[in-house]
Amino acid sequence: MKEYQTITEISGPLVYAEVDEPIGYDEMVEIETDDGRTLRGQVLESSDGLVAIQVFEGTTGIDRKASVRFLGETLKLPVTEDLLGRVMDGSGQPIDDGPEIVPEERRNIIGAAINPYSREYPEEFIQTGVSAIDGMNTLVRGQKLPIFSASGLPHNDLALQIARQATVPEDDTDDEGSEFAVVFGAMGITAEEANEFMEDFERTGALERSVVFMNLADDPAVERTVTPRLALTTAEYLAFDKDYHVLVILTDMTNYCEALREIGAAREEVPGRRGYPGYMYTDLAQLYERAGRIEGRDGSVTQIPILTMPGDDDTHPIPDLTGYITEGQIYIDRNLNSQGVRPPINPLPSLSRLMDDGIGEGLTRGDHADVSDQMYAAYAEGEDLRDLVNIVGREALSERDNKYLDFAERFEDEFVQQGFDTDRSIEETLSIGWELLSDLPKAELNRIDEELIEEYYVEDETEDAAEVTAD
Amino acid sequence: MSQATETDTDGSGVIQSVSGPVVTARDLDARMNDVVYVGDEGLMGEAIEIEGNLTTIQVYEETSGVGPGEPVVNTGEPLTVDLGPGILDAIYDGVQRPLDVLEEKMKSPFLDRGVDAPGISLEKQWEFKPTVSEGDTVEAGDVVGIVKETVSIDHKVMVPPNFEGGEVVAIEAGNFNVTETVVELGNGEEVTMRQEWPVRKARPAVEKKTPRTPLVSGQRILDGLFPIAKGGTAAIPGPFGSGKTVTQHQLAKYADADIIVYVGCGERGNEMTEVIEDFPELEDPKTGNPLMARTSLIANTSNMPVAARESCIYTGITIAEFYRDMGYDVALMADSTSRWAEAMREISSRLEEMPGEEGYPAYLSARLSQFYERAGYFENINGTEGSVSAIGAVSPPGGDFSEPVTQNTLRIVKTFWALDADLAERRHFPSINWNESYSLYREQLDPWFTENVTEDWAEIRQWAIDILDEESELQEIVQLVGKDALPEDQQLTLEVARYLREGYLQQNAFHPTDTFCPPEKTYLILTAARTFYDEAFKALDNGVPVEEIQAIESVPRINRIGVQEDYNEYVEELKDDITDDLRGLY
Repeated sequence: MKEYQTITEISGPLVYAEVDEPIGYDEMVEIETDDGRTLRGQVLESSDGLVAIQVFEGTTGIDRKASVRFLGETLKLPVTEDLLGRVMDGSGQPIDDGPEIVPEERRNIIGAAINPYSREYPEEFIQTGVSAIDGMNTLVRGQKLPIFSASGLPHNDLALQIARQATVPEDDTDDEGSEFAVVFGAMGITAEEANEFMEDFERTGALERSVVFMNLADDPAVERTVTPRLALTTAEYLAFDKDYHVLVILTDMTNYCEALREIGAAREEVPGRRGYPGYMYTDLAQLYERAGRIEGRDGSVTQIPILTMPGDDDTHPIPDLTGYITEGQIYIDRNLNSQGVRPPINPLPSLSRLMDDGIGEGLTRGDHADVSDQMYAAYAEGEDLRDLVNIVGREALSERDNKYLDFAERFEDEFVQQGFDTDRSIEETLSIGWELLSDLPKAELNRIDEELIEEYYVEDETEDAAEVTAD
Repeated sequence: MSQATETDTDGSGVIQSVSGPVVTARDLDARMNDVVYVGDEGLMGEAIEIEGNLTTIQVYEETSGVGPGEPVVNTGEPLTVDLGPGILDAIYDGVQRPLDVLEEKMKSPFLDRGVDAPGISLEKQWEFKPTVSEGDTVEAGDVVGIVKETVSIDHKVMVPPNFEGGEVVAIEAGNFNVTETVVELGNGEEVTMRQEWPVRKARPAVEKKTPRTPLVSGQRILDGLFPIAKGGTAAIPGPFGSGKTVTQHQLAKYADADIIVYVGCGERGNEMTEVIEDFPELEDPKTGNPLMARTSLIANTSNMPVAARESCIYTGITIAEFYRDMGYDVALMADSTSRWAEAMREISSRLEEMPGEEGYPAYLSARLSQFYERAGYFENINGTEGSVSAIGAVSPPGGDFSEPVTQNTLRIVKTFWALDADLAERRHFPSINWNESYSLYREQLDPWFTENVTEDWAEIRQWAIDILDEESELQEIVQLVGKDALPEDQQLTLEVARYLREGYLQQNAFHPTDTFCPPEKTYLILTAARTFYDEAFKALDNGVPVEEIQAIESVPRINRIGVQEDYNEYVEELKDDITDDLRGLY
């Protein structure tokens, strides 16, 4: 392997070096500084005689005399089932003092696109135990459903709650032997947040079925572009080679995008919206699209990326591009949070695109779709009326309007509100839904099939009896 | 994608630099838009800029590990598609490589590189039935025979448009593959079932005509208020989660076109899988055959190479034109044209071109109009008439319609279905905003509806639009003073408008009956609402208080007409009940 001492330019996270042999795009690089440190990097652009290298650990300490080695291959991650229970840093080096990892295979972290023809459509309901998700925005295996949050909101608690409670009720026979695993990729989160996650993993014993990649806030920013790819490569291996049902939690995607922007700026690229690179959509898609199921394989990759929206603005490029790629989104709401609703999920802007095929008779329950639809419509109407109440007062509203206002109130306090430690089954979720809907007159339930109304509607005088049938 | 038939190795070059999907080569002898094979693995690419000794190439596959010094070979041909039997019921990537064949060849569910496959099977035997005989004279474009491509579609074998034509000297019925000659002409030209056509060039036609037939979609708000013509163009812009893809899927399922070309351009993999799994199961409402039998899918998902995303729109429209030439009505759905525009932007910025608005290349508008202009109702060169309707989804960043892709699209298309996040949030689907949307085809399609559905189609539509307009004005007042402060007649108008919204504009795509609503039913729902309106105002004139009118029990049944299979009886009965109930009040 040839060593070069030909660095011509160092700029931000980038190093330019002259070479006299062809170097492949995306190839791995090692840079040795005179104080004996070895830094790792990746080729960003390769032309005759000159390469641009992005250095993961940052360029501090590199000078013109540093020696550059090209490893002749793209970044690969050693994968093995033994990764379960291990904690790695953001570039895949173990940091938990565990035994050496003996790889079964080394995988390119870029990951090839799944052939759409080979995919299997996700339609297995995952019960998260959170009513606002299960009832209104159902998650299914192989889905990518991000959490849109903002600074100061408890998105981490929600992610942990999902990781803890997620199950597939009444496992079908074809799932035999498929176990559940969590891959956790942290990009630029604070040490405190990291501790929160690790403590929860250890407390609940989840760690032994988890693989953790940690890039902390004070770790090099450029490394963050690699961390999610390591996490997803591990997830794909566990899912499609080892039959695990893998839940991937990536937090915080905003930090990842900041790192992309930093590299783009250092390369003096033409920026797109708000300075983020024009290829950010493609780049994010290459991460998010690595969720799914494959025909003939038992495992699945389900993704829950978390992002914090700068200024609570969902038209910001990061949430915007994410929303266009992912199969829905869960909004964490600041008002609900200050009202004390836990988890503070606002169902109105939230959405699960794969919900319709994952619910219903035989999957959850026959009335699920109608109930969810009706609650959406009723809550939206109640929300609208709140603005009006502020102006004209409740007395000026009709009886019908007042019922909707009450519904919206109860919906937040009883349906969405449940606490981070309550695990509700889908039956519980739906019967709470019916209880609330039964405050509205039957004629208002125009989105629910008449037969279902007969079966589940809780009549005032026979409330108890009807609830038994609902269960 | 077309296999290069001969390779001119003389013009080959060497890679100079690699940056993502953009590669420059030196010493390459290539014309603009020639297809080249890049690197040791032979990745497919296209020449997009020539400067001095350097040629810039956009590569349709992932370029990791490709380095300077590797060879670049020119095929000497522009990017073409293979046209012939086998396109329907197939699923392609952006350069017409069949994804099922790729899976087989790569032996993996993941897409590998450097694997090539022809767009249609070269081996498969088709039963060819001649429609001309020896001694007949045929010209370019003429149909010479028929092949049963799928249960729904007779594939017409045509003389390629670039042939001279002449006397048929040999023609024979029988089983052939697409490379074998089925017709020999006097001047030595040999017609096979396969044609190649460069994707960036429109197939020729005699003339474009004014479209006068609607593309009936079975979606109430579209057929009823904002219809698109066969051969028309439409845009569906909307923020994420507003239902672009569901609307496109509904059109692909229920539009009364002969052929559907569905282009998934830079969108989600699971959505394409849904189409692949659903369409073979679903029935074509027109023929009862599986939907796949009239459908060709092009899936270039968001994580597949960006250059192939740029080409997939052209691949799709070229296939659509080919079936149009056979005299079919083709509908092309492109989801989403914004991803296509972004692919252009990405390539453009790697070329360091001077950016136009929001970083998009200055030629964005030209490319968009070139694409939509390939749609239309045509008289073909063989004398038949066919159409290509183009329906493009647009994904404006942040849902802001003032951005360049939406604005440039709106300058071209004649139908605009504006999706609305507010409506989607309250689960009003399809969340098409009736105040913002428009269709410039409405008047020219009215004669068809009048003749084929009902005489007062236009009149009752106008009534509904007036009510909805009035509602949106009244809503502004209601927001300030509350509903009860309005005079009684206006409260009643709001009530009627509510039923129009809930029973007419809303349609449940996931309900087996409601998902497809024939124009007759669309009309009947309006007549039921109209009955309520007329009778309610009569009652009001006779001194019945508005609260009592609102409490009538039969009226909410308007919202359930959509899910009725025997809607004729249901509506008749409902109208009688509404009339009786209301007249009973005075």
